[in-house]
This record gives sequence, C-alpha cells and structure tokens, in this order.
Amino acid sequence: MSGDQIKNLEAEFEARIARDEKIEPKDWMPEKYRQTHIRQISQHAHSEIVGMLPEGNWITRAPSLRRKVALLAKVQDEAGHGLYLYSACETLGITRDELYEQLHSGKAKYSSIFNYPTVTWADMGAIGWLVDGAAIINQVPLCNTSFGPYARAMVRVCKEESFHQRQGYEIMLKLCNGTPEQKEMAQDALNRWWWPSLMMLGPTDDMSVHTEQSMKWKLKRKTNDELRQQFIDQTVPQADILGLTIPDPDLKWNEERQSYDFGEINWDEFWQVVKGHGPMNKERMKARVGAWERGEWVRDAAMAHAEKQQERKNKQVV
Amino acid sequence: MKNKNLYNYILGIADNSLILGQRLGELCGHGPSLETDIACTNMSLDLLGQVRSYYQYAAKIAGDGRTEDDIAMLRKEREYFNVLLVEQPNTDFGYTMARQFLFDVYHFLMLTELEKSTDLNLSAIAKKSIKEVSYHKRFSSDWIKRLGDGTEESHSRIQTAINDLWTYTDELFHQTEADKAIVAEGVGVDVTKLKDAYYEEVNAVLEEATLSVPQSKYFQKGGKQGIHTEHMGYLLADLQYMQRTYPNMEW
Repeated sequence: MSGDQIKNLEAEFEARIARDEKIEPKDWMPEKYRQTHIRQISQHAHSEIVGMLPEGNWITRAPSLRRKVALLAKVQDEAGHGLYLYSACETLGITRDELYEQLHSGKAKYSSIFNYPTVTWADMGAIGWLVDGAAIINQVPLCNTSFGPYARAMVRVCKEESFHQRQGYEIMLKLCNGTPEQKEMAQDALNRWWWPSLMMLGPTDDMSVHTEQSMKWKLKRKTNDELRQQFIDQTVPQADILGLTIPDPDLKWNEERQSYDFGEINWDEFWQVVKGHGPMNKERMKARVGAWERGEWVRDAAMAHAEKQQERKNKQVV
Repeated sequence: MKNKNLYNYILGIADNSLILGQRLGELCGHGPSLETDIACTNMSLDLLGQVRSYYQYAAKIAGDGRTEDDIAMLRKEREYFNVLLVEQPNTDFGYTMARQFLFDVYHFLMLTELEKSTDLNLSAIAKKSIKEVSYHKRFSSDWIKRLGDGTEESHSRIQTAINDLWTYTDELFHQTEADKAIVAEGVGVDVTKLKDAYYEEVNAVLEEATLSVPQSKYFQKGGKQGIHTEHMGYLLADLQYMQRTYPNMEW
C-alpha cells in the first residue's frame, strides 16, 4: 500500500470515529490503534483477574452466609469481566495465552490498587464502595468508546460494577450502624483505601503520557484530574452519611469552584507500587503464576482429550 | 427442642453442602483456567444457597432464637455432621474433581428421593437443588472422563485422587439414629437403598474414563457422628473466624 493510500485510510478512519461510528475487529485500523487497544483492554482484563485475589482472601472468612454468597458472586463477576475483556482483546489478533504471558512476565500492567492487602472484613466494604466507585467513574465513558467489542463489554461490566459498589457501600453502612468496634473497623478501612483509590484514577494530567491520543480515539473522555475531582465530589457526601472522616486534613468545600479542594497525593508511593514494590505486588503475581502453572496439566489433559475425541470421531466416519 | 431428630437430620444434609461449598470457595481466583474457576465458584454458590434454605428451616424448628448464621458458624467441631468426604482438602484439581464427582452422584440420588418427602419444606428445597446438582454432576463427571482419558499425567493424578478418596464413599450410606427416625416418619431418605445405584453410576463413569475402580474394602467413617478428620478444625477456623472474634454483631 502506498503512503497516500494509507493516509486516505487513516483520514477515513479518524472521520468514522469523529462521527461516533464503531470500529469492528475486521475493519481496517492503524497499527497504533490496535496496539493501544490491546494494551488498554488487556490491562483492564488483568486488573479484573488480579482483582479477584484481594477479595478472594475473605471468601472463606465472610461473617455471614449472606455475605459469603454475595462476595463469591462478586468475585465470580470479576472473573466473568476478565473473560469478556480477554475475548474482546483477542479480536485484535492476540491470544489469551499470550496476554497471560505478558501479565506473568511483568510486561503488562494491572491496576495498582490490587497490590494493597485486605486485612479486615471492612476492606470488602471499602473496596466495593471506593475502588469499584473509582472504577465506574473511569469506565462509564468507555461504554461509548470507538472500538465496538470493548464498548459492548463495558456496558455489561458497568452494570455489574454499579451493583458491586452499592453492595460495598451497604457493607460499610452496616458496620457504621453497628458497634463502636465495627465502626472503627470501617474508619480504619477508609483510612487505608482512600488515597490508593485517588491514585487509581491515574497520574496527574501533566504526568499522563497517553491522554491526548486516547481522547481522540474516545478511549478517554475526561482527563485523570477531572475524573479524580468527580470521584471526590461524589464520595465525600457518602462518607458523611456513614459518619466517617475522610483522612485528608486539607479536604475542604470550595464554594467558588463548587467542588472539594483536597490534599497532596503521595505520588512517590504511587510510582513505588506501579514499579512493582507495593505491599502485595510479589504475592499477587506469585498467586497468578502459581495458579497458571499448577493448572498446566489440567489444561493439557483437556486438550489431549479433545484431540482424542476428534480422532475417534474421524475414525467412525471412515 | 420438640423435633430434635428432624433438626439433626437437616443438619446432616446441610452440613455436607456447607463444608463442600466452603472448600470450593477456597479456590475462587486460583483455578487452572478462568472457565473452571467460574464453574467451581458457581457450584460453591449453589451449595451455599441450598445451605441457607436448610439452616433457615432448621432455625425455625429449633425455635430458640438462633439464626442460620449461628447454626452455620457457631457450633463446635463435634456438632457438625457432614461426611468426611466433603471436608477433604483441595490437594490439586484432580482431588477437587474426584471429591466433587463422588459427592455429586450421591447428592443427586439423595435429592431425587428427598423431593418425594412428605415434609413440604424439604421437598421444595430438594426440587430447587436438584437442577443445580444435575449440572454439578455433569461437570464433575466430564472432568473425570477428561482427566482419565487426557494425558498420562492426568490419568495418574485422577486415579490417585479417586483411590485416596474412595475410602470416604461408604459413609455416604450410613444412617444415624436421627436419620432412622426421620426415615420411619416418611420424611427422610433411606440412604442405604441408594448404595447400589451409586456404585453402578460411579463405576460406569470411571470405566468410561479408562480408570480402575478401587478394590479396597476398608472405609473411613465418623463425620456423621461429628468425629472428623484433622482437616476440619482448620476449615472451621476460617469459617467461624468473624463470628468468634466479634460475637453478637450484625454484618
């Protein structure tokens, strides 16, 4: 293809996106679009899968049968999200095994929030309320993103995430209306998860490397700082209802901006965790890689059985 | 308690599902593939859903203010009546599937009879559960066949798991005094009558899976009397952790 032809295709492609048309897997797309989407969708899928671990940590210890069932169902939803996101990603010409390999080797990233430990039951509430809350803010705009399979997967993901968020908030509410010890557990969870949740919305705009291109392709509709502000403004009143204190002495309503001002985020901590040195990075990877390696003989057996079945069928036909 | 036998009979059924559901719950997020992970979680969810119905009914019968959670989480180890089979650990995916399969075949037969119970509550729970358990049985049987037929390694692993867990199968067909009394009332299932159908079905699947049927005649028992294997205490330590650490609170 000549340079001019490619330019024409690119111009037509950008025009389609500008008209809000969906790009489908078989459509022509610039290589960079393909790679960016593989990176983002797989990162999202990996986050779902790694995200099962911190909550999975409390399934056997959930305090009531109702909570145990709800938590199991939630973690199972995350596995389901991982499944559709990997499938959406595979339409771009990469296999799930290759994507796993990228995760296991450390080449692919996942949301850093999952590198924090879940040390009490209240963390199940805080994760649902804050982490899923921040995820929804990040993800709702993706329901209208330009790549069709991703947009469609996100519609379903967002519905379930908002259910998870309500479930998390309800856990917090129950704790806050419970005994002083329960309320203290809730406050402690908020103290530990608040700042990592703010970091989840990504580095500040001046530090974010992908924003401009992603905006053009509708992979992003608002900047990280805008999303963070939206999250804070939405969450502070919810904390008030719970009677909990946001662990930020600089948090203050700004009448002029009609928004909350907030304190300095510890970006050193953010980068430390992103670079692999958070409290749980090594354990999370060990759990993922371990499950994959321990499962190898099972996957091999399933393949071998399927091949033998096929051979038997072929023989019967002959 | 007015109907202590019925209460104990229900616990005998419900505890099996509780303990197996708890074991499957341990695996959530650690399966050999996303699909098997989702399926095992599903079975855990089904079992725990059944458990809630049974314990809610048992709580009503007990009528002493205890809730489903009190019954599920605040008994002593000696007061759990599940069979030893379901408390065995998730040694590997072979053991997990073998345990599931050896229980599912029994569970399905038992529920089919329980659906005919003159106790309408138990009959309704059985009717709802049987659909779920028929899926469990299909899933675990398929995996027995896949692993048996698959590779040399999978064949040897699943055979080892079946051999090791076989010793816990006979207990499925034992009756406690409470069971006998409830069977006599036409409410309970006479599990002794399920034994032949059970081994026939199990053996057929093993044969199709190219596995050999263990010939050992030595069996273990005790769960139905509350005498468990050494694994049980640790399982309960997890299950009961919150209720024991923070007594009398609502969650």
